[in-house]
Amino acid sequence: MQSRLSGTAMTLAYERRTIAQDLTVAVPDHSFTVIIGPNACGKSTLLRALSRLLKPTAGAVLLDGEDIHRLPARGVARTLGLLPQTSVAPDGIGVAELVARGRYPHQGLLRQWSREDERVVAQSMAATGVADLAERPVDELSGGQRQRVWIAMALAQQTPLLLLDEPTTYLDIAHQIEVLDLCARLHEEQGRTLVAVLHDLNHAARYATHLIAMREGRVVAAGAPREVVTAELVQEVFGLPCRVIDDPESGTPLVVPAARRRATSAPMVAAAGA
Amino acid sequence: MITLRVRDGLSLRLRPRAIAVGVTCLLLALALSVLAIGSGDYPMSPADVLRALTGRGTPAEEFIVTELRLPRVVTALCVGAALAFSGAIFQSLVRNPLGSPDMLGFTQGAATGALVVVVLGGSSLALASSAVVGGLVTGALVYALSWRRGVHGYRLILVGIGTMAILTGVNGWLLTRAPLMDAARAVLWLTGSLDGRGWSNALPLLIALAVLVPLVLAGHGPAMRLVEMGDDTAAALGVRVERLRLVVLAAAVLLVALAAAAAGPVNFVALTAPHLARRMTRAPGPNLLPSAAVGALLLVGADQLALRAFPGHQLPVGVVTGVLGGAYLVWLLATERRAGRL
Repeated sequence: MQSRLSGTAMTLAYERRTIAQDLTVAVPDHSFTVIIGPNACGKSTLLRALSRLLKPTAGAVLLDGEDIHRLPARGVARTLGLLPQTSVAPDGIGVAELVARGRYPHQGLLRQWSREDERVVAQSMAATGVADLAERPVDELSGGQRQRVWIAMALAQQTPLLLLDEPTTYLDIAHQIEVLDLCARLHEEQGRTLVAVLHDLNHAARYATHLIAMREGRVVAAGAPREVVTAELVQEVFGLPCRVIDDPESGTPLVVPAARRRATSAPMVAAAGA
Repeated sequence: MITLRVRDGLSLRLRPRAIAVGVTCLLLALALSVLAIGSGDYPMSPADVLRALTGRGTPAEEFIVTELRLPRVVTALCVGAALAFSGAIFQSLVRNPLGSPDMLGFTQGAATGALVVVVLGGSSLALASSAVVGGLVTGALVYALSWRRGVHGYRLILVGIGTMAILTGVNGWLLTRAPLMDAARAVLWLTGSLDGRGWSNALPLLIALAVLVPLVLAGHGPAMRLVEMGDDTAAALGVRVERLRLVVLAAAVLLVALAAAAAGPVNFVALTAPHLARRMTRAPGPNLLPSAAVGALLLVGADQLALRAFPGHQLPVGVVTGVLGGAYLVWLLATERRAGRL
């Protein structure tokens, strides 16, 4: 398996709190890798480490075989993009202007706006379907539109690797699917390697080509969704009894949580009193 | 936004509106300066002032202009520009419209430095240098105290406000220790005043502006706009956020300290000028240069108001900026609250 981005024997910690120890992961090239796991399992921390935001206290993140913290910041930003969980749109900024900020690692003091910048920004807005909104202020957009604008900014960075930290959080179901479809399209049409942290297992199973399942700072399983998403694994990772069936739409694994058994129609109060 | 492109490798992106605001404010500040130089016990017409400035006036007029009145006006322009420039930096870095050096203790630190000299006795040069040292030490202290795996806006504000409270107390104590005559001089200095300012006051600040403004603009201007979107977003775009914050904060603290050394802690210019600039340019980002131009205009204007508001009785310029700035702050709090930003 070819992998431009990997982490070897990493210890990840904030202050004195250790999140993960001896963590080793590899992101297969040209994959849509999704990291899943219960809350506080360290998946966002892993993404932060892979994107250079958090320096491992031991071990290393390797980008094209080199320690990512020894590489120049701008050079990394031309290879590896990140969409963080929260970004702040400056007051009154327009869509096109925000997307243009993704060109920063390609610009310089005397090269502030090349034809290439112009072309890439237009292309990124077209790819994410926000071209019509180019002149609108970002604060007037809906949540789904805004997320597409941020993705457009990350695209304008033109990195072969793009990391997304919970890109669907705070979006309603229709916008979640819209964003994930967009990611899948970027992966398929532009051949980018995508790494996303997702909360929804079924979304992960449907869109990922490679899954990494984590629990308590360890990788429990990694591989194709069909191999990873099994009833045993969901029980082990999430502690959730479930059945895994075929998604009637996509044929990918679909997790159906076990129904709460209601033995009788006895009222709750009586059960509690018993 | 318009683009100037010579070749593909040489392209500039400019905001006509921001340039217009900056240039207009600068021209107004300069025009006001010429009027200011022309007024006084020996009134001169603007034409006479310009002639004297270009070295074609009578020797007496040239002496009055270049030795007596110009230094005060240049000090006002520089102090206004320096305070506003550093105010814009602070507000941008802490992502808070109230994050200005006079709210975060840096100005008070400079005042402490100056008051120590007042109590112990010393020349005005010693007073100015001590003010600079006081400002820088406070800056280093606030930075160190807010450091925890990087400095974050909120912690910087809280530590800064705490520092300001402590230093205000220390300053009050120092004042009670000073001999009465010196204490009176110190109070005048603490209000912020441009009276009797000479080239020795203006020059250090002028040099600092000439060095630091291009350094910040060229080295960190575009990156500062990215940091406003969040540390992670900026870092993902290749900005070394912590280094940027350290360098830019150091430049801002140095400018505030030098401005305080030149004119005392003139309040509220650092807070209001960047706001006014942003309102006029309608541009996102720190608006560094337009802010500096607005600041220069504000201070020259406030100084004229201080001189003329009550004929026969001059106010220190800090009183005017304090009164106007305080009113602006109240108005700002009300509108920002209504807009849900505070």
